[in-house]
Amino acid sequence: MSRLHVETTVNGEAAEFLCEAQENLLTALRDRLGLTGSKEGCGTGDCGACSVLLDGRLVPSCLVLAAEARDRQVTTIEGVAEGGKLHVLQQKFLEHAALQCGICTPGFIVAAKALLDRNPDPSEEEVRYWLAGNLCRCTGYDKIIRAVLDSAAELRKEIA
Amino acid sequence: MSALLKPRSEPRRNFKYVGQRPIRHDGPDKVTGRANYGADFTLPGMIHGVVVRSPHAHARILSIDTREAEAMPGVKAVITGADIAQNRAQVSMGEGSGDMHDVSENCLAHGKALYHGHVVAAVAAMTLTQAQAAARLIKVQYEKLKPVLDIESAIAPGAPILHDHLRTEGRAAGAPDRPTNIAARAVLERGSLEQGFAAADLVIEREFRTRMVHQGYIEPHACVARYSPDGQVFIWCTTQGPFQVRGACAAVLGMDLGRIKVVASEIGGGFGGKTTIYLEPLAVALSRKASLPVKMVMTREEVLRATGPTPGSRTRIKMGMKKDGRLTAASVTMHCESGAFAGLAHRSTAMCCLSAYRIPNFFIESHSVLTNKPKVAAYRAPGAPMAMFPVESLLDEFAQKLGMDPIDLRLLNAVEEGDAAPYGPKYGPIGYRETLQAAKSHPHWSAPLKPNQGRGVAAGFWFNAGLNSSAVVTLDADGSAAVVTGNPDIGGTRAAQAQMVAEELDIPVERVRPSVGDTDSVGYTDVTGGSRVCFATGMAVIQAAEDVRRQLCARAAKIWNVEAEAVTWSEGAAHPPASLDKKPLSLKELAAQMARTGGPIIGRASLSAPAAGPAFAVNICDLEVDKETGVSRVVRYTAIQDAGKAVHPSYVEGQMQGGAAQGIGWALNEEYRFDAEGKMENASFLDYRMPVASDLPMIDTVIVEVPNPTHPYGVRGVGEVPIVPPLGAVANAMARATGVRFTELPLSPMRVLEGLDAKG
Repeated sequence: MSRLHVETTVNGEAAEFLCEAQENLLTALRDRLGLTGSKEGCGTGDCGACSVLLDGRLVPSCLVLAAEARDRQVTTIEGVAEGGKLHVLQQKFLEHAALQCGICTPGFIVAAKALLDRNPDPSEEEVRYWLAGNLCRCTGYDKIIRAVLDSAAELRKEIA
Repeated sequence: MSALLKPRSEPRRNFKYVGQRPIRHDGPDKVTGRANYGADFTLPGMIHGVVVRSPHAHARILSIDTREAEAMPGVKAVITGADIAQNRAQVSMGEGSGDMHDVSENCLAHGKALYHGHVVAAVAAMTLTQAQAAARLIKVQYEKLKPVLDIESAIAPGAPILHDHLRTEGRAAGAPDRPTNIAARAVLERGSLEQGFAAADLVIEREFRTRMVHQGYIEPHACVARYSPDGQVFIWCTTQGPFQVRGACAAVLGMDLGRIKVVASEIGGGFGGKTTIYLEPLAVALSRKASLPVKMVMTREEVLRATGPTPGSRTRIKMGMKKDGRLTAASVTMHCESGAFAGLAHRSTAMCCLSAYRIPNFFIESHSVLTNKPKVAAYRAPGAPMAMFPVESLLDEFAQKLGMDPIDLRLLNAVEEGDAAPYGPKYGPIGYRETLQAAKSHPHWSAPLKPNQGRGVAAGFWFNAGLNSSAVVTLDADGSAAVVTGNPDIGGTRAAQAQMVAEELDIPVERVRPSVGDTDSVGYTDVTGGSRVCFATGMAVIQAAEDVRRQLCARAAKIWNVEAEAVTWSEGAAHPPASLDKKPLSLKELAAQMARTGGPIIGRASLSAPAAGPAFAVNICDLEVDKETGVSRVVRYTAIQDAGKAVHPSYVEGQMQGGAAQGIGWALNEEYRFDAEGKMENASFLDYRMPVASDLPMIDTVIVEVPNPTHPYGVRGVGEVPIVPPLGAVANAMARATGVRFTELPLSPMRVLEGLDAKG
């Protein structure tokens, strides 16, 4: 079976891989590039555990073809911390105990980052609706929402 | 945020680290994507396995032709029932089923497919795509049989029989000795129903139903297995119990347990559903045949069709009450749908349903009934939510009829220390009354409601488990420590264990490194389940740390040349006898000298924990109902629970909030739907609708602490009871908001509209 050669940028670094035509981006990230931080919870775009940013836009990587990443910018959970320093969201998730099993956490952090990149001052309702595409079965969302709202407040302080 | 209530009696000691909220040790790996879960692991030369599932809910397997699949490029192994002998061994699986015949048969069918999605064959190939293509070429000939798809048809005379060998365990005297779909019956009774109902001023009788629901962990089942030519087996998998995977795989495959090593990955949720095995023995068998490591990962559809769910239930209940609100009698008849194999719900439902109340006369019978649906698995306080929902609904109705506050009505009937549980033993110190009182004094209980809103309250009971645990604490020369236990950490137990070691050794919690050991690196440990990790394994951790402390005292005694008994430990240091003019030696100083005073220090403990103190929880739910559409929404929610002692309050709150959300999903949205042929119709997260962030409000929590005397810190299990009250709390809120008493879950918009229409 012939494979496609894809050159792309992942977390700011040039990356390339060979993939099958029907392969999704999540599989390429995990199995071709070894970036297993993005998780597969459903494979149908319903759980958000595989959330990544494609040219800054939040997408479920299980519904993007790997070949579509060609010449695009992909940001995964592995690229959220900068230079070994945790992103505010990551720090706040830890402080607020906003994770239990942790399988949904990478997706939530990537999705929340996409929100805060656009809207530095979301209401609780805006956070809840923005994150409605991410399933968490452990926390009841309470501490996740608090962590995101607190991150937004912290980021606003940093900017001010 | 949580309010911590004062315990009834003073805590037995003051804590320095226990009760604090440190950052969990495994947290940084989990927020950066570094943590390795079931599907994140690879071995060199690894190939990929998939299974072939029955497209029929009930069918005899006439033949399986694997020749074409085996001839496909890349295919390395194909297995069918012929490759794994049937087995009748009994293996301890914690909360799950211990019958290896059923566990084995559920992993791979022999002769008969018992539900849509039942595994009939498996194939491993160089790539996943090749394995999937080969699986489609495995030709299975079936003789379709009539499926049994609900409780009524399963127990009807002349019903198609799932298992010809099955007789009802615990059947009534004189019941006929012939094949049946009623796998088991449990009975509990006290006093005289006749006298009890005769003494009642009010009697309510109703029938309730709940549907199968799934645990809904976000991580699908996954494993990597390697069978080496010398017979050594290595299994990496996502599980709540690596020791149980080892035992079950050994039994299913007829292998020597001592040759199997199981490493538990980080686990992406379990809720009881990962206390059993599905893929693991298949991966081992494929690896044995292929002589290569094999990876198997389920899709979400497979998870929903063929793992989990919790039983559906039908309950006929009748309760009697005096005008003053005191219960006089209760009669409960339950049938729990356990899917294609016997489950344990008959036992736990019978034991749980009336456990929160003093009732002088009762008769309880509960049955496990087989249907051609997936084999049920444990789900968070297994059996308790559907057993207590009818009781909590009736109590609400009594309160309405008597014009009483429903919390006062519960306080009047609540069990307390010294009362006998319906299943026999007397309760020790329990916190049910304190939990009810905390609910009553919470501002939520007296807050005004808006139009179309209703407020419901309900309680929950759960036994909590003890079982077997081991722990090892090792000290390092720099005065830091490591703690290893055998329990996969689902909700922050490593952090709690580090806090316990910090408490015992008086070192900062950041200086303790907690980890989960594999089956070769720590003593036997029962599953992460039964709300037992912080309680029972925690006790082992405390004892192992005490062992370290004892050894440190002995080292100090050696340095001072005194008897070990003369040395005392306090403030993180060994103190000499008063007669000796020496400065105390700190843990750090003693650790630095370990190599010269006798070698490395390892503390260890293993135990079979005593019966854990039962947990009680009370939830208050405000529901807003749109009477045009039947859509309802939880607008305010408060969870109150007795934790005994909260070691890491954030993660206790997390259990309470997560359990509440699962219970709300069970009450409002979630259900397994099957077509007339027994195929699950909603096997995706799109159609099996679990609560998302926009469905819920903040979930307020109140931790009550009535110390559990069987634990040195007073801890009692917290993980399971949170899912018990929500079914009743939501349904009672619905009844108050609409004036209609709904007796069937979920309270979907359609059902609510039908109820409102019927009311007129």
